[in-house]
Amino acid sequence: MMARDPIRLWLNAHLGLVYVFLYVPILVLIALSFNKSGLPTAWTGFSTEWYGKLVANPKILSAAGNSLIVAVASTIISTVIGTLLAMGLEEGRSNPWLDALVAAPMIIPDIVLAIALLSFYTLLNMSLGLHSIVLSHAVFNIAFVCMVVRTRLKNFDRSIVEASIDLGASELTTFRRVTLPVIAPGVVAAALLSFTLSIDEFIIAYFTAGAGQGSTTFPMQIYAMIRFGVTPEINAIATIVIGFSFFLVLLSQRLNREAAP
Amino acid sequence: MARRTILMAPGLGYLALLLIVPCLIIFAYSLFERGTYGGIVYDPTLENYQRAASSLFARIFLDSVRIAATATIVALLVGYPAAYAIAQQPRNRQMALLVLVMLPFWSNYLIRTYAWIVLLNNQGLINRTLQGAGVIEQPLPLLYNEFAIVLGLVYNYVPFVILALYSSISRLGPELREASFDLGGSAWTTFRRVTLPLTVPGIAAGAVFVFVLSIGNFVTPDLLGGGQRPMLGNLIYSQYLSARDWPMGSALGFILVVIMLALLFGQAILSARASGEGEARIVPQPARVAA
Repeated sequence: MMARDPIRLWLNAHLGLVYVFLYVPILVLIALSFNKSGLPTAWTGFSTEWYGKLVANPKILSAAGNSLIVAVASTIISTVIGTLLAMGLEEGRSNPWLDALVAAPMIIPDIVLAIALLSFYTLLNMSLGLHSIVLSHAVFNIAFVCMVVRTRLKNFDRSIVEASIDLGASELTTFRRVTLPVIAPGVVAAALLSFTLSIDEFIIAYFTAGAGQGSTTFPMQIYAMIRFGVTPEINAIATIVIGFSFFLVLLSQRLNREAAP
Repeated sequence: MARRTILMAPGLGYLALLLIVPCLIIFAYSLFERGTYGGIVYDPTLENYQRAASSLFARIFLDSVRIAATATIVALLVGYPAAYAIAQQPRNRQMALLVLVMLPFWSNYLIRTYAWIVLLNNQGLINRTLQGAGVIEQPLPLLYNEFAIVLGLVYNYVPFVILALYSSISRLGPELREASFDLGGSAWTTFRRVTLPLTVPGIAAGAVFVFVLSIGNFVTPDLLGGGQRPMLGNLIYSQYLSARDWPMGSALGFILVVIMLALLFGQAILSARASGEGEARIVPQPARVAA
């Protein structure tokens, strides 16, 4: 017994260092975003100047707007299609081929999906823009929505659906009044997940956006700025993005926990 | 039956049209040649695959494998003790510790990568601090090399490794380890003979995840490697967008998919063997969340 306690101490010290490793880079960015000089060389006083510059930059604002459009549109498409798919898959016997197909968008490397979709759109002579990014993001979002909703459906007591039908309710009424209220927290968590994934996604959007500046998304704009060089504005963007995504994750965590029996 | 078909039709149709067809297209492209002015000459050939084995491509390929393997090993060495430490905590604290591990993983990948540029560059925080303390005179070359790429990959993927290992370790329960201690096994022997073999599925899941995402990565070698060490992902990118050689890019993409499938298959076999079941099952991993 005695020999194990120093081991536990080492393990906990290691875990502490891992948290330092994970959070120091993020905290440095947040601190720098409020540094007057904006540079990591010295602290020259607290300032929100860089946030002001951000709000005044039309390129950043239009990119943020584009990302919002893409994320909302692909979330709506994939939440509807993915939820139906999950319900269908959970209804019958599980089929390993269908399971593999539905899991495939989650495991295929980004760059491969990016070139595959670009080749497909080009072959169809389709115009590229925000609409092609929406279609592309829905491919992986459908898979993620389906995964999350299926987990919720596994704990779902199907006899209440049968009871509803026996009592004379139509399919649609049963879905609206019985199934949906039960799976709703899962569906909302799935929608939040697909929104987060879409708003962060870079490489597939980069390939399927086409040439125009009009379809630059937020991650594409961030990439361009990083390539250009270290500028204090990126620290302010980073702080906003980190705050926003942490908020979304904690929200979906909460929803998921409330749903659990 | 009909009801089930109606429910699944939109989803399966969508994936057939925008996943399977596009993948078949690039597979077909990989068997053709690039035209003189870009475009595709529909003349079947295996030349792209032969070129993929040529010295230039083979070197990038080997670099990619080495970097991805290093990142995988480092992520496992960092992640295993961390996951073990979390699994030893009181139950009610474990969930909070895991959320804390995963939280950075959910912020934007580009921004997490950019944070390391700020820390590692010649005028960055680490070099400035060391110079200020008089430890070094010249800034250390921390950025735009293989070290920075591996560091970036480990930083981005270690949370998932911890999660995968945690679910494997926490399932063990203390009884087996206590039995080993009671029978006179030392802490090291118990770990090597009991804990480690039983957590092979978690190790395999974490390793495959890091390796697959690393070898096809574009952003990290591009931003932290500064293009000094292009990897398979960067090669596909440049074949498509710079060289405009889509057939070559498609062939490389197809090779990447084959590597991924082989690793997933190996992982499924390992997990099945470890869990004592004959049935191999591919465990889908949410790779997209990382990229």
